[in-house]
Amino acid sequence: MASRLMALWQWFDARMPSVAQEYRKHLTEYYAPKNFNFWYFFGSLAMLVLVIQIVSGIFLTMNYKPDAALAFGSVEYIMRDVPGGWIIRYIHSTGASAFFVVVYLHMFRALLYGSYRQPRELIWIFGVLIYLCLMAEAFMGYLLPWGQMSYWGAQVIVNLFGTIPFIGPDLALWIRGDYVIADATLNRFFAFHVIAVPLVLLGLVVVHLLALHDVGSNNPDGIEIKKKKDASGKPLDGIPFHPYYTVKDIVGVVVFLAIFAIVMFFMPEMGGYFLEANNFIPANQLQTPAHIAPLWYFTPYYSMLRAVPPLFNSQFPGVLVMGLAVLILFGLPWLDRSPVKSIRYRGAYYKIALVVFVISFMVLAYLGTVPTNVWGQFGEWLGGVERATVVARIGTILYFLFFLLMPWYSRIDKTKPVPEWVTM
Amino acid sequence: MSDQEQPDKTRRNLLVATSVVGGAAAVGAAVPFVASMLPSERAKAAGAPIEVDISKLVPGELGIYDWRGNPVWVMKRTKQMLEDIKKDDALVVDPNSDVDHQPEYAKNEYRSRKPEVMVLVGVCTHLGCSPEKKAAGAAEMGGEWNGGFYCPCHGSKFDYAGRVYKGVPAPTNLIVPPYTYLSDSTILVGDDKKGA
Repeated sequence: MASRLMALWQWFDARMPSVAQEYRKHLTEYYAPKNFNFWYFFGSLAMLVLVIQIVSGIFLTMNYKPDAALAFGSVEYIMRDVPGGWIIRYIHSTGASAFFVVVYLHMFRALLYGSYRQPRELIWIFGVLIYLCLMAEAFMGYLLPWGQMSYWGAQVIVNLFGTIPFIGPDLALWIRGDYVIADATLNRFFAFHVIAVPLVLLGLVVVHLLALHDVGSNNPDGIEIKKKKDASGKPLDGIPFHPYYTVKDIVGVVVFLAIFAIVMFFMPEMGGYFLEANNFIPANQLQTPAHIAPLWYFTPYYSMLRAVPPLFNSQFPGVLVMGLAVLILFGLPWLDRSPVKSIRYRGAYYKIALVVFVISFMVLAYLGTVPTNVWGQFGEWLGGVERATVVARIGTILYFLFFLLMPWYSRIDKTKPVPEWVTM
Repeated sequence: MSDQEQPDKTRRNLLVATSVVGGAAAVGAAVPFVASMLPSERAKAAGAPIEVDISKLVPGELGIYDWRGNPVWVMKRTKQMLEDIKKDDALVVDPNSDVDHQPEYAKNEYRSRKPEVMVLVGVCTHLGCSPEKKAAGAAEMGGEWNGGFYCPCHGSKFDYAGRVYKGVPAPTNLIVPPYTYLSDSTILVGDDKKGA
């Protein structure tokens, strides 16, 4: 039997040797630094969540109806009448939040160890594009259940495009395909959500990994293992991705899936953070819910949008700030002028800046989930402005200062000498 | 290509010309796809005016009606509300309705044909949510609040004439739709030419 299988493989290999070549190039002979730590789980976990979302999504489309009159009912039908439908739907909704948890941690790893620095700028750029695609997926997917939050969330986000000077109103009309969010909008968002954006996303994941495997992985020390190679050209500080890191990642997968299952079975709505209560009410275009907030992964940007006052009779400045907050990520590889990559060898300035940045991001994220009057107002001597709005403005400024001052503080920061070999 | 070899000019020109024509064809082919996302003829046709019977509205009660998929608000304002609107002049951005967000006949203190009847498109001018009515002195509104509308999405505030407060995200007053009285108790929203 074994020899028969071997013969079959040899027959196959003779006709398509590229399979074995790619397998070696990307797995058994891809040498990754031997000092990967906890933070290196999240890349492979992001791939896992992508697979979970695609598989659960395919099965949801079998019973979902992208029609404004039927969509809400079809989701409830999936939840109540389709065998196993409820679990598939909760897998997909929990998966959406899990995707952002994993991707935010993956991006934070890059900030810790300078993984976006030369020669990995392209990997970072492809990564930010993946993040943008995920945002589009999450936003358009959220319209599909056609609940109150679906409807009013889409109303707000599409109107963001409508504020762009000159072309805005026509652009928003083109995106909606109607004068209000309507059946046409739902139908096209379904098309984008299930096929157009996933195709782009998969392509981006491929180029993200190809670019990574061309230059090699960074590591917690931020040094290049390719500088020290043995006689056969293998990096001395590297180990084959398979079996070493595939086995390590399996441990991560098991822990991740355990947490995922707990959330999915016991708290799929996560107290309103993963699925909002108002979205169990069918869309009503005449009435906005009393308290409206986006899902948690968009709230930092939502806070920025709310914090910026209108200028020149236009709400565009707030939209611009929100857009720039995402786009500024692309500039990171060129803003960082530190001689070292990893936080282990950086000085106090970068560490303080990173802590302030993370706190700002989290405070903005929290404020985006609550009404602007949550902390009351300042006294008349400050014009009676809302405290939360002022804090959101400060948070927004600090968010941008992390990037805009980086060329300065990363260059003058006192760094420690970088080791020759990776440290375990 | 070795150093001596020069590119064949004719072939090179042919290649460039083919690429340009091919590119133009690709752009042309995109036109129907881009156009297909514009509002369809059916969507464009669904914009008829609506008739609103205001005889059953109690003063101070907000009637919400569907006009082109947007909420239209009709409310009979009480004497108190009309006085409160006057008090708001100092609190709002555009007290005299200078920004062109209303028909000419609604460019007045109360932004309406008849002071006691409010007709507004109930869509926030910030990002399109529908604000909710908050009575004067509502505790959660804080500051000086004489009653009006509060947008739950981004916290914009409007008075009972739909005028936007200072220091909120919305830049302009709520829109007054074109409307006309068919009789004392019936309003036609969406068209202001009599007999239409």
